[in-house]
Amino acid sequence: MNAENRKILVIGGGISGLTAALEAAEAGAQVVITEKAPYLGGRVAQLHRYFPKLCPPTCGLEINFRRVKENPNISFFTMAEVTQISGAAGDFDVTVKVTPRFVNDRCVACNACAEACTAERANDFNFGLDKTKAAYIPFDMAFPQKYVIDASVCSGDCGKKCLEACKYEAIDLNMKPETLKFKVGSIIMAGGWEPYDIAKADNLGFGKAANVITNMQMERLAAANGPTAGQILRPSDQAAPKKVAFVQCAGSRDENHLPYCSYICCMASLKQATYLREKDPECEAYIFYIDIRSPGRYEQFYWKVRDDEGVHLIRGKVAKVEEEPGTGNVKIVAEDTATGDKVRMTFDMVVLAAGMVPSTKASPFPLPLSYTPDGFIIQELLPPGIFAVGTMKGPLDVMKSNEDATGAALKSLISVGGRS
Amino acid sequence: MEIEKKYGVYVCKGCGIGDAIDFESLVKVIKKEGKIQHIKEHDIMCSPEARAMILEDIKPEGEGINSLVIAACSPRVKYEELDFPNVLVERCNIRELVAWTQEPKAEETQNLAEDYLRMYCARVKKSALPEPYMTECDNTILVIGGGATGLSAALEAANDGYPVVLVEKEAELGGYGAKIYRQTPSTYPFTTLQEPVVIKKIKDVQGHPGIRVFTSAAVEKIDGQPGLLYAHIKTNGNVETILVGAVVVAAGAQPYDATKLSHLGYGLSKDVVTNVEMEELAKKGKIVRPSDGKAPQRVAFIQCAGSRDPEHLPYCSDFCCLTSLKQALYVRQQNPDALAYILYKDIRTPGQTELFYKEAQSDPGVMLTKAEVTGVTVGSGGNLLVNATDTLLGADVAFEADLVVLATGLVPATKDDPVVNLGYRQGPGLPETEEYNGFADSNFICFPYETRRTAVYAAGAVRQAMTIPMAMDDGVGAACKAIQAVEHVAAGMAVHPRAWDETFPDPFMQRCTSCKRCTEECPFGAIEEDEKGTPFYKINRCRRCGTCMGACPERIVSFKDYSVDIVGSMLKALDVPELEDEDDPNAPYRVIGLICENDAMPALDAAGLHKLRFDPRVRFIPLRCMGSFNMVWVSDALSRGVDGMLLMGCKYGEDYQCHFAKGSELCNYRLSKLSETLDKLGLESDRVQQIQVAISEFDKLPQIVGDFVERIKEIGPNPFKEF
Repeated sequence: MNAENRKILVIGGGISGLTAALEAAEAGAQVVITEKAPYLGGRVAQLHRYFPKLCPPTCGLEINFRRVKENPNISFFTMAEVTQISGAAGDFDVTVKVTPRFVNDRCVACNACAEACTAERANDFNFGLDKTKAAYIPFDMAFPQKYVIDASVCSGDCGKKCLEACKYEAIDLNMKPETLKFKVGSIIMAGGWEPYDIAKADNLGFGKAANVITNMQMERLAAANGPTAGQILRPSDQAAPKKVAFVQCAGSRDENHLPYCSYICCMASLKQATYLREKDPECEAYIFYIDIRSPGRYEQFYWKVRDDEGVHLIRGKVAKVEEEPGTGNVKIVAEDTATGDKVRMTFDMVVLAAGMVPSTKASPFPLPLSYTPDGFIIQELLPPGIFAVGTMKGPLDVMKSNEDATGAALKSLISVGGRS
Repeated sequence: MEIEKKYGVYVCKGCGIGDAIDFESLVKVIKKEGKIQHIKEHDIMCSPEARAMILEDIKPEGEGINSLVIAACSPRVKYEELDFPNVLVERCNIRELVAWTQEPKAEETQNLAEDYLRMYCARVKKSALPEPYMTECDNTILVIGGGATGLSAALEAANDGYPVVLVEKEAELGGYGAKIYRQTPSTYPFTTLQEPVVIKKIKDVQGHPGIRVFTSAAVEKIDGQPGLLYAHIKTNGNVETILVGAVVVAAGAQPYDATKLSHLGYGLSKDVVTNVEMEELAKKGKIVRPSDGKAPQRVAFIQCAGSRDPEHLPYCSDFCCLTSLKQALYVRQQNPDALAYILYKDIRTPGQTELFYKEAQSDPGVMLTKAEVTGVTVGSGGNLLVNATDTLLGADVAFEADLVVLATGLVPATKDDPVVNLGYRQGPGLPETEEYNGFADSNFICFPYETRRTAVYAAGAVRQAMTIPMAMDDGVGAACKAIQAVEHVAAGMAVHPRAWDETFPDPFMQRCTSCKRCTEECPFGAIEEDEKGTPFYKINRCRRCGTCMGACPERIVSFKDYSVDIVGSMLKALDVPELEDEDDPNAPYRVIGLICENDAMPALDAAGLHKLRFDPRVRFIPLRCMGSFNMVWVSDALSRGVDGMLLMGCKYGEDYQCHFAKGSELCNYRLSKLSETLDKLGLESDRVQQIQVAISEFDKLPQIVGDFVERIKEIGPNPFKEF
């Protein structure tokens, strides 16, 4: 086989894709990563902390980014989407569309363009909880550390202020979409997941009650580089909540929404209860759940949170979430299955533990693959030379995604000829 | 042959650096004190134009500059633009640490920048390009354990072209996975029980020419180092020694000892069985009561029998909920009139296995109820009585069952047995098992296969409680890591977390006093002792954290680009002004910040990006790991007149964040010893402090650093300053 046929394409630069790419490269493969966002790191970059160690994801990402920087066998493209794949194992032709960043490699991240920019956009990194300028850096630890210009919100009459502000010739407003074509021998799909659109659960109040947020929004509220500089404040009045409810299985384990369990939400809510308690010892957390799922060694983390007197676990399915008129507070009706009673309580803020949807549900890969009705890839039916990792195949946590990605790296290596 | 070093300093004026500092004065300092005359400035050092300029300078036929200080941004950015082949490059960060965090053109800002240049001019003179450590390297992968995990690991490593040696303690391959009757579904639609997949794996392994299988065998001892590990494998009294490169530990788990569960009836009645015994019953073809051979009509499954119980197993065993659901279906399939009751704390069928739970739940003969089982007693007719506090109905309940199945959990093989039997000075096992109930992984979220023994990777149930499909995937991942380890050893490179590093510890042994601190402290057991007690390195076990370098009182451990002397020289190069008025709030006290390069340093960079302001009296020096902190640096700094030293390392303890597992903890230990010494010398021990900083805590850093400077001011100037 020649070098091209031995190359591995990893679609997606989140934690699964990064791990797959790095593990394959460090075992000797040539790897290309394509990532549709302007940065690598994916979903985990948005997390304040990992469970159960409560450590920042950027710590492990930093090691991984350094591995990328130091390894000549890895290249990557951001804002890049694979639009076409043809051929077969050992000889795939791949077409990649690169969306213009309007900022080139000369960018030094000095922020002058953002200071000059007058247009604003909803900050997708913070799940719309704040805004950025049209010229922005996705977040402070973004890798690569380069700005982006969101041309879709640029106003035609801004006079190209950013262009004038940049002393480094780093802005190129004439940048055009690019199409790259290359050959690879194997493909690892690591498209990751999207939070379930919980507004579809009419009874849970999201989008109707201002102080009903999702678990991913909670991550951003708790993060020092988030919209509130790490203070957990409720959206309606920016007040610090004293009583917060977590609604488990918001969408998950529900035939009307997601029939499967989303794996991470129990641990995520337990973890987020610790955010609240650490930032404000007077704040109390109530977790409404069906089953607490803290498999393996996570159990000890569950015990630690459960034993905190400010954390209350209520076994019960939440039936209704609605805003209390005038106060911004949120009323919850749930059935406590331990006692059989209807529970009615009012909270300052409610966090919906929204489930996980594979990115392939909304945007399948440009390949004839077999998916479950929920959009997950059925591994057993994948064609030779193609592998799926992490949440492509089912809901998973970070640890298991990393395990899975490391295994896929080896399988992919074998498919391009192994050690020969 | 030593090539003569030719120095050049390249100072960037971009990103506000030019506006923050006076270049004329800076150049004078570089020339006069840094003693480097080849100095170039550029408005944008990362630009292609500046790169061309530097490439021209480093041409051997031209200026031949081969040792560069690039004073610009953090080494974490512009890594390609400012990387030059075959020359030594020291990046001096005057963007994030000066221009972006200090008042422009202020006197102390200028002093800070000049100190950074002094330090890096000193550094580049001591530093050298790495030369990889090359040894012979065998690329055989040793897999310990021939169950689901080990079979997968062996098969995929062999499929990738690596020779494999597989050691199984039992007479047959397959482990628990081969003893089960059916397997829970591992693929969509997650509704139908499967034939055990391990059976095919056994055949594949047995038929693979690249795999040598030892059964009824154990690894008696492993000596040596990655790439050159001698595995002594004992079979039927014979010991064969095989050279291997890396190891996958896939020794699996045992069922929890059910005799400890007499409160649940085990041992009181033959009709109380474990889930493993239930598989055996099912596999025999007919589920019958052991006591009388009759088919049971009412079978009760008691979940978390031992698991999730601080008295027994303080973790969830992960597979038992699915296993009981599966076994409930066995009962129903064999006898449609029989009923299965599952008594659980929480049903744990995460991810898509939820679909299997729903399938089982839809069977009207499978009853699921949340309950705390308080005990199992034997009734008058020999029938079993299960007593429970039914948390769904709130009342205590007792009901009869013909057969009780205890969903017993699992105990990793590494719980009471070192398994790998390493002939290492620090002991035969994986040290982390002591801290995690016998489980063998460290840094388990981001880098799950790592252990604290280099090129030894844990997989399957020795790492985490897990199901068979999960274990099979897990074995493949560990095989990948083992392959990397042999490839990196062959290339003379470190493995995780410095997988690119070609430097290695090179001790000056003539000065070694055999104090053994290095051998004791190395988190990875890389240092042995000869018969006289003199330490020697097994370099391929080393992760290049520099903990030995920090531990050594004789300061003899050096890497090409990192040593006690290099950092010491940086400290000695500082310009420490006298304090004319120590009560002046802006009196030029001097403080050194030693920072972890993986966490504290990026946090400082982020603070720079946010344009936070730092006290200008602190100079930061990145360390590979806090574990490499050598106490002599304190005397180097104090004797230079520095007033205090702040060590910013990672969290340690149970939820440690140190990538070298023990570095920051060992640093703290050393510091406790240092405090005594400082106190004895009449120097306030508060002058040197270690704090734990996470990479995300950029926002807290100005305050932390400022508070430390304030504390130093309270203590007053370093009394050695005047000397």
